[in-house]
Amino acid sequence: MRVHIPGPLRSYTRGAARVEVPGESVAQVLKELDGRFPGIRFRMIDEQDCVRTHMKVFVNTEQVHDLGRPLSAADEVIILCALSGG
Amino acid sequence: MARSGKSSAKDVLVMVGTRKGAWWLRSDGSRRKWSLTGPSFLGHIIYHIVLDPRDGKTLLMAARTGHLGPTMYRSTNLGKSWKEVERPPAFPKAPEGQKGRVVDHVFWLTPGHASEKNVWYAGTSPQGLFRSEDGGRNWEGVSGFNDNPNRSLWMYNDQDQTPDGGKMHSICVDQRDANHMYLSMSGGGTFESTDKGASWRPFNKGVAADFSPVPDPEFGQDPHHMALHPLRPDRLYQQNHCGIYRIDRPEERWTRIGMKMPKKIGDIGFPLVLHPRDPDMLWVFPMDGTSVWPRVSPGGKPAAYRSANGGKSWERQDKGLPTEQAWFTVKRQAMCSDNGEPLGLYFGTTSGEVWASRNEGGSWQCVARHLPHIYSVTSAEIER
Repeated sequence: MRVHIPGPLRSYTRGAARVEVPGESVAQVLKELDGRFPGIRFRMIDEQDCVRTHMKVFVNTEQVHDLGRPLSAADEVIILCALSGG
Repeated sequence: MARSGKSSAKDVLVMVGTRKGAWWLRSDGSRRKWSLTGPSFLGHIIYHIVLDPRDGKTLLMAARTGHLGPTMYRSTNLGKSWKEVERPPAFPKAPEGQKGRVVDHVFWLTPGHASEKNVWYAGTSPQGLFRSEDGGRNWEGVSGFNDNPNRSLWMYNDQDQTPDGGKMHSICVDQRDANHMYLSMSGGGTFESTDKGASWRPFNKGVAADFSPVPDPEFGQDPHHMALHPLRPDRLYQQNHCGIYRIDRPEERWTRIGMKMPKKIGDIGFPLVLHPRDPDMLWVFPMDGTSVWPRVSPGGKPAAYRSANGGKSWERQDKGLPTEQAWFTVKRQAMCSDNGEPLGLYFGTTSGEVWASRNEGGSWQCVARHLPHIYSVTSAEIER
């Protein structure tokens, strides 16, 4: 599964903007991602398993709130930082 | 109390946490010239940087960014290199169908008792107490506080807090007894534990809460900063939303020592600094707490105020500071002392300046400017 990593999280992926991890759901992909890049999940998903306020997770072009969302092999997971700040 | 002389053989490091990263000021023991380095963690909100006095080289830094969730970084070489901790503070996952709590940021860090070398405490926003037993790498909630059935009474709900979120801060460990602790919350008040955090009781008698419809409430006050004197641990001071207070245990009632401040200045502020060798000497940095609470230097004329007698009287210390049109605020972690003789004092402003005094507040020198909004200023003595 291809996962797109936003700039603020690339310190975890040693600069990689895209990484490949296996998973049959968004939750599994994020768990795999955290196993490979420890700490990355908690920066975007809080302890109640909710996407943090200023982070967004898309599967292809669909925004996902339920981490149980199943994935097919052709899907891409896109992690975004919301347009907010100052 | 007699002051012991202090050699100036070591350098002084002043660690500056800002809304956009960390910066470092360093001077030799004379504290006349300062060099500024940084930024570290550019773009991160740095709430607190604290040295472990038990080893003199481990630093913990509480951080997050605007987008990313909270975390903490750890250095074992005084900031030369950093590593993210393995498990930052987080509340437990709530059972299905229930709403769980979420740590927005780690606000406060306190090293544990000298006899518990790897213990640290962290206070979060919203208010939660966490403990690490491995030097800050992994954190667990202190159930005696976080799961206390009275917790929601003490501090209302997470959504009812101040705009930037409720804060737990001023976690104090009595160095005579690792089981004896205090902490404060904005809002919620001050609490005491005698069983290492397994249970807590409100400790607010005498502390005003003029925003509350309840006269003299048992809890719900808004302490901004509380400190326990290291040489006289039965003496505590607090800068509160409603004044400056002192207590000498076993007293149970705080005394409002801020009533001796000049009326036109008032006794509202965020920071509080104690002289490490003189339990009667302390500093505050007043802010405007009138009308809509501008929280700026009163009249645009910033000044520290010092008491040398436990708050019986206060002396204005503004030599070198701007004399007009200076409207900054000094936040609660953003003022500290070193351990020198005479004592050095440091404060950082919301407008990104760091000011230093090497004569106990007798005069001030701006040692850094144009930094981002400053949240935290702490100091350490380090080998040259």
